[in-house]
Amino acid sequence: MKTNSRSVSRIAAPIKSLAQRFTYMALVLAAVGLVVLGRVDLASIDKARDQVTDAVTPILNVLSTPVDSVNRAVQEFNDFVNVHGQNAQLREERARLLQWQAAARRLEAENRVLRSLSNFVVGPDASFITARVIADTGGAFAHSLVLNAGERAGVRKGQAVVTGDGLVGRVAGTGRRSSRILLISDLNSRIPVLVESSRLPAILAGANAALLSLVHLPPGGVVEVGDRVVTSGHAGALPPGLPVGQVVAVSENGIDVRPYIDRDRLEYVRILDFGLNGVVEAPDRVAGGKKKGGRRR
Amino acid sequence: MKGGVWHRTDLLSRRLTPFLLTLMLLILALVPFHVPGLSRVTPLLPLIAIYHWAVYRSENFPALAVFIIGVVQDILTGVSLGSFTLVFLFVYGLVLSQHRYLAGKSFLVVWLGFAIAAAGACLAVWVLTSSGGMGIAEPKAALFQYLLTVACYPFVAWLLLRWQRAVLEAA
Repeated sequence: MKTNSRSVSRIAAPIKSLAQRFTYMALVLAAVGLVVLGRVDLASIDKARDQVTDAVTPILNVLSTPVDSVNRAVQEFNDFVNVHGQNAQLREERARLLQWQAAARRLEAENRVLRSLSNFVVGPDASFITARVIADTGGAFAHSLVLNAGERAGVRKGQAVVTGDGLVGRVAGTGRRSSRILLISDLNSRIPVLVESSRLPAILAGANAALLSLVHLPPGGVVEVGDRVVTSGHAGALPPGLPVGQVVAVSENGIDVRPYIDRDRLEYVRILDFGLNGVVEAPDRVAGGKKKGGRRR
Repeated sequence: MKGGVWHRTDLLSRRLTPFLLTLMLLILALVPFHVPGLSRVTPLLPLIAIYHWAVYRSENFPALAVFIIGVVQDILTGVSLGSFTLVFLFVYGLVLSQHRYLAGKSFLVVWLGFAIAAAGACLAVWVLTSSGGMGIAEPKAALFQYLLTVACYPFVAWLLLRWQRAVLEAA
C-alpha cells in the first residue's frame, strides 16, 4: 500500500506542480482582466462591489463598536483632565459666537427682505441621515470610508456627506445596508468650489494626501492664505455653501487647502439629501428627456 | 467511520486557517482606530500574511486563496479593481519561485526578503492606482505605508508562526 502510494505520488507530483503553475497563470490573467474591467466602469461591477461590502458590513459593525467605545472613554478621560482649560476656552468662544449670532440675525432679517424684493427661489430643504463610520479603508492608495447605512436608510449615490466641521466626501456606492464614501482627499475626488471671500470658482482636487489642491482657477484670480473654500453647487451634485477647507499655502506649485474635517476622528457623519441628482443619475435617465430647466435662475 | 469524518473535517478546517487568518487581518486593517495619522498609512497586513504563508505553508495556501484575498482587498479598500489582486499574486509567485532560497533561512533573511517584496508591491500598487486615477497619488504617504508595513512584519509574522506551530503542525 505504502509503496503503491509513493509511486503514485512520484507520477502525480510533477502533474500537480504543472496544474498549480497553470492555475497560477490563469489567476494572474484573471487579475489582469479585473484591472481592465475596473477601468471601464461597468455598472454591474459597481453592483458586485457594493454587495461584497454589504456582506462584510455586519463584521465591520461589530469590530468597530468596541474600538469606538474605547476611544470615547479615552476622550472622556481627556476631557475630564482638561476641564479647566476647556472651560476658559469655551467661555471665550461663547463670547465670540454671541457676536456672530447678532450678525447672523441681522443678516437673516436683511436676507428675508431682499428675497421678498427679488422673488428669489429658495433651494429645497435638506433632510439628513446619520450613520456610523465602520471602516476606513486606510492606506495611501485610496481614501474612502464605509458607513453602516445604505439604500434601506435612503442613502443614494452622489449625496454629500458632512460633519459639523465641513464636507467629508460623496457617496460613491450604496449597498442595502452599507455605503461607500469617496473622501474629498481621494485621488479621484474633484469638487466644484468657490473661494468664499472672492467668489472665484475653482475645482478642489484630492491626491491621496492630507492637503487638497485648488485647480482650474480663472486667470487672474488671486487667492490668499487663510481664504475659506466652500462648495459652489455647480454641476448640481453637491449643495452650495458647505464649508470644505482653508487655503494654507499659495506657491508656484499650486494652492494647498487643508480640509476642515479630520479623517482620523470621523465617527458619526451625516448624509445630506437635498433632492439633487446632478451628475449621478443613471445614464439612461440622463439620455432620456432633458432635465427640467427649473434649476436655472 | 464517524471518527474519520470528524478527523477530516478537523484537518480541513485547520488547513483553511491560513486563508481565514489572512482574511481576518484584511478586515482588521479596515477598522477605524481613530489614531491620529494612522488612517493614511495603515500597514498592509494582508501582504504580510500572504508572504508568510507563501514562505512557510504554501501547500495550505493556494494561489486561489491569494486571488480571493486580493479581490476582497480591492473591493473593500476601494482602489481600482484588480490592483491588489495582481500585486498579491505576483508577490506570491515571487516567493514560491525563491522558495528553495527562503525556506529554512534565519528570520532576518526572511524579513529582508519581505522588505524587498513589499517595496515592489507598494510601488506597483502606487503605479496602478495613479495610472487608473485622475491624477498622481502622493508618493510620501505610500512610502510611509511601506515603512510601517515592514516594521509591523515581525509582530504579525510571530503571531502567525505561533498559530502555525499550535494548529497546523499539531495536525
